[in-house]
Amino acid sequence: MTRKMTFGALGVKAVMLIIAAALLFAPFLFQDVRSIEVAARICIFIVLVASYDLLIGYTGIVSFAHTMFFGFGAYGAAIALKEMGPGWNAVLLGGVLGMLVSLVIAAAIGLVSLRVKAIFFAMITLAAASVVLVLASQLSQFTGGEDGITYKVPDLFKPATKLLVDDAGKVVKLFGVSLNGKIAAYYFVFLSTLVLFLLLLRITVSPLGTVLEAIRENDVRAEAIGYRVVAYRTFVFCLSAAVASLVGTVYAVWLKYTGPETALSFDIMIDILLMVVIGGMGTMWGAVVGAVLLVLAQYYLRDLMGAAAEVVSSVPLLPELLNPDRWLFWLGLIFILLVYFFPKGIVGTLMTKGARG
Amino acid sequence: MEQLSQTLERFGGVYLLPFALAVVAFIMIGAPSSWVTLTVAGLAMGMMVFLMASGLSLVFGLMDVLNFGHSAFVSFGAFVAASVLAALGGWLGSDSVILNALALILALLSAVAFGVVAGWFFESVIIKPVYKDHLRQILITMGALIVSEQVILAIWGGTPITVHRPQFLEGAFIFGDVSIEVYRVFAFVLGLAVFIGLHVLLNRTRIGLLIRAGVENREMVESLGFRIDRLFIGVFVLGSALAALGGAMWAGYVTLITPALGAEMMIVVFIVVIIGGLGSIQGTLLGAIIVGLTANYIGYLAPKLSLASNMLLMMAILMWRPNGLRPAVK
Repeated sequence: MTRKMTFGALGVKAVMLIIAAALLFAPFLFQDVRSIEVAARICIFIVLVASYDLLIGYTGIVSFAHTMFFGFGAYGAAIALKEMGPGWNAVLLGGVLGMLVSLVIAAAIGLVSLRVKAIFFAMITLAAASVVLVLASQLSQFTGGEDGITYKVPDLFKPATKLLVDDAGKVVKLFGVSLNGKIAAYYFVFLSTLVLFLLLLRITVSPLGTVLEAIRENDVRAEAIGYRVVAYRTFVFCLSAAVASLVGTVYAVWLKYTGPETALSFDIMIDILLMVVIGGMGTMWGAVVGAVLLVLAQYYLRDLMGAAAEVVSSVPLLPELLNPDRWLFWLGLIFILLVYFFPKGIVGTLMTKGARG
Repeated sequence: MEQLSQTLERFGGVYLLPFALAVVAFIMIGAPSSWVTLTVAGLAMGMMVFLMASGLSLVFGLMDVLNFGHSAFVSFGAFVAASVLAALGGWLGSDSVILNALALILALLSAVAFGVVAGWFFESVIIKPVYKDHLRQILITMGALIVSEQVILAIWGGTPITVHRPQFLEGAFIFGDVSIEVYRVFAFVLGLAVFIGLHVLLNRTRIGLLIRAGVENREMVESLGFRIDRLFIGVFVLGSALAALGGAMWAGYVTLITPALGAEMMIVVFIVVIIGGLGSIQGTLLGAIIVGLTANYIGYLAPKLSLASNMLLMMAILMWRPNGLRPAVK
């Protein structure tokens, strides 16, 4: 890239650095259980949203099956850990199996339906995802049904594990944080998501990323130049499915629980869509911003809404809409407005700020 | 082989599929009385799904707009009808068939009226700014779906609501050992009437001529001086009214409705539209009947498979005809 960086792009990069630093030192900066939970969730969702952005933002494919692949990875690890007991080979085997299932299904869906219109593809993925969701709750001998599966994770991640001990045999404390298994689990999440995110970032700046953008802008022209559009689309669909599946495995190891609500439900798909659009489609940085904002909102906005509902309790219907459970209503409205007025999202809009002409 | 397929084509081609399905199911089920019950249930379900799906298909065919928020009309229709029926509880309970029927008609009419108003609002506020941009269309209609689901939750709450059926639609006709629920017959007749109405509207009237011409080639119709955007609004409003009607009928069929109803039906509606081929009424009817029959037959033969069956059916048909059975849009 020889283009000169805009003022906005510099700002975005600075924000990225701050977010990265905050996530890196999260266990030391925010020393309560809920904050670590939030930080891990942010890491997971950054990769999930980034892999989805590769589809929707870079290639222009709308899929509603992204949580399905996320779920395959999570359920793969969960079932393996449950059946084989806690151990690294179970995580590995479950993760790889989940990824293989994702790849096969993604390839099948892609080859059948990616040659037709974008809209057809969206419908088919939606149907496939809902069927898998129903299957997961019906095949309860494997998946635990609606209740999901709880299991033990490798010993390293147990809160009782001592990473470093001092002379007296006690856990070493660093800045007041005891270095136990919880920290190890968080850094497992952080590092694996970091690797996946850097991989995605590398792909988008490679020649492959440029071809994908060409397909998004004008698929007929890309085909005419000589790129096999269907093959590229199917490949990128499989790639993002594989990444989503791996992140699912990581999430399953972190949560020690997998169920339809945490790994497969349509709410997660809606969250991903909101994050991509709010952050900005077509930039990996947008995925980061979207995921951070939305996860923070999920955890902290509800409290605010509850307080607001108290204030307007005398007005009809408004308290109902301000009920913390109705927060999706407001997000939906914001979503529609963003698609109308800022189709590039926060980051996309910021990036062009300060650019000439 | 060539000759065989030509002969099949002469006798109706893909329209023979439901009959073939029924025959196969008859052999596999074995018991004629359960077969009749299942077939009637399948036809009734197919007709209700047809009501919901026809609007989506038409709107896509004419406007090239795929409305992911379509199922919001279905759920609103169901809830509005349920509320009206609940409010007219006295009429429903009385022995007079006229009062019963009046309550039912009022409930269905209010659902349709709601569909008309909501459809007009949806088209002019939500969809108009994003014509011809599929990506943003999908996103915006999805956003609208989220918002309307939340509105339903805010108004009616999350608990399931019981729907009261009018007295004269309760019970069943009994022929020997075959019993047929009255409500299913009613749903089938209503759906058939709507199909015939739509068929006549599209094939026998001037407006229908313009709509079909618009599906074929929009620019040509515009250049001949017709205001196709007004037709668009008309078709969209018609489609959403039909979806609301379908939702109201479905509410009476299942008698217990939750806010998740729209999302559940949306999957079935999508499968129907994909199987039938986007943009044609006949294709949608065909897809709806096939899906209705398969769902009921499989539900009886192999209950575990019933939900995956629709998906497998869609995959099979897409392999065979990538654009659906009877697409109007080439």
